[in-house]
Amino acid sequence: MTTTKKNILVVDDDQDMLEQVSLTMTAEGYNVATARGQEEAEETLLQFIPDLAIIDLMMEHMDSGFALCHHIKKLYPEVPVILLTGVAAATGIDFSTRQGDASSWMKADILLDKPARPEQLRAEVKRLMRV
Amino acid sequence: MHKLKVLVVDDEEGMRGGAVRSLESFRVQLEEFSDIVGFELKTAGDGASAIKLVQEWSPDILLLDYKLPDMTGIDVLSETEGKRDAQVIMITAFASLEVAVTATKRGAFDFLAKPFTPDELRGTVQKAARHVYLHRKARKLEEEKRQVRFEFISVLAHELKSPLAAVEGYMHLMRERMKGPELASYDSMVGRSITRLGGMRKLVLDLLDLTRLESGKKPRAIDRVDLAKAAGMAAESVASAAGAKNVTVELEVAEGLAMTADPGEVDMILSNLLTNAVKYNKKGGRAVLQLSRKDGEVAIRCSDTGIGMTEAELSRLFGEFVRMKNEHTRDIDGSGLGLSILKKVVKLYGGGIKVRSVYGEGSSFEITLKDASVSAPAAEPAKA
Repeated sequence: MTTTKKNILVVDDDQDMLEQVSLTMTAEGYNVATARGQEEAEETLLQFIPDLAIIDLMMEHMDSGFALCHHIKKLYPEVPVILLTGVAAATGIDFSTRQGDASSWMKADILLDKPARPEQLRAEVKRLMRV
Repeated sequence: MHKLKVLVVDDEEGMRGGAVRSLESFRVQLEEFSDIVGFELKTAGDGASAIKLVQEWSPDILLLDYKLPDMTGIDVLSETEGKRDAQVIMITAFASLEVAVTATKRGAFDFLAKPFTPDELRGTVQKAARHVYLHRKARKLEEEKRQVRFEFISVLAHELKSPLAAVEGYMHLMRERMKGPELASYDSMVGRSITRLGGMRKLVLDLLDLTRLESGKKPRAIDRVDLAKAAGMAAESVASAAGAKNVTVELEVAEGLAMTADPGEVDMILSNLLTNAVKYNKKGGRAVLQLSRKDGEVAIRCSDTGIGMTEAELSRLFGEFVRMKNEHTRDIDGSGLGLSILKKVVKLYGGGIKVRSVYGEGSSFEITLKDASVSAPAAEPAKA
């Protein structure tokens, strides 16, 4: 029996972070597409339908991640989105304690601190895709 | 014109009317700020309505009679303590020392003894208006300074966190033996980690340079600097980066050209210029550094055939942590502090910087430097 590989879209403007996340996901047997920013991701989404997206929060703009997340949820409401953020310390905002109310306006399914540990990322991806 | 709100509190109607007539068309010139202050007036005949107006209208200047029908002026001050942001001028017919001391304790700024002439009133109000104006101006500057500092630290934190996150991420992957047991498989991860750490180290060093320049704590060793040699050293420092991009670096400097300066500072200027000319160049491009003497000053020109900048990018160029982020520059490393540093160093030599750029064609930086005096002490604190 063959199962089709699940598609994951990874978006980050930092080449190293992009490589790390896609390496972790490829090793897990997922089919990974990468983009270096919101615009590039929106172009990729024209041909690539993800089963899950992992997005950096701060890219070209402070809120590119939110905007992209919103865009994906509009196209594919069922696709889970993981937002990666290294922003908490810089702004003093502790997203982790606001997960409940924050996620309702952010639309992301979960926020993870950067850098996400591979085991944590794998677990969340599995949980969100109910693999 | 800047308008200040004045509340006149007096039980005598004639007094209130007189004060309003004296002040409504009165203007205070603040020549040092090229500003004029005018007044908007309201009046109150008793303590209770005065308290209400202080809280609801927030006057900037309070002309307050001591003797009111329902309470004293001191009671008004006590009632509104902590709720007013006004300079208080106490008006009193019986100027007793006791009243003066109590009123001052409650925050009165000045006194006016009854009866007074319109000119005396204007003179006192003018003093208070100046005080209010200067105080507000200082407060605004302080707030702006705090905001700039907060933004600087936020961006700095982000710039320091990104490379740390990248290196930490690679460490996680290596610990997991993500690419198998062969050590060589991890070469690129180690290489990238070293590059990111190097960038972070450069940021910290640049930050130290910038802080030293700003505080005037940078020790200087003024000497005769051989500019041909200095340019050669700067070219050498960018040689490997230039080689990697196949960028030709050309120097045009007359043998024996020299200036009186701190050699380290000259190197900061030349290296900074050449580094940018190489970094933001196209593959196979040219970077030209020219040095000459013109009207007793040293003229430096560094031009490249690089990616250039748009007008909007050009206008933001010398800000801290401004790195032009677009599809051409996103893989270029840099602290974002180089040009801030350059600008501050050039200022130490009474010089100027001119930048010309055509998007897609290249940029050219023109700098003039005056010779430093041989006995130049530590750098004067540079103003942003």
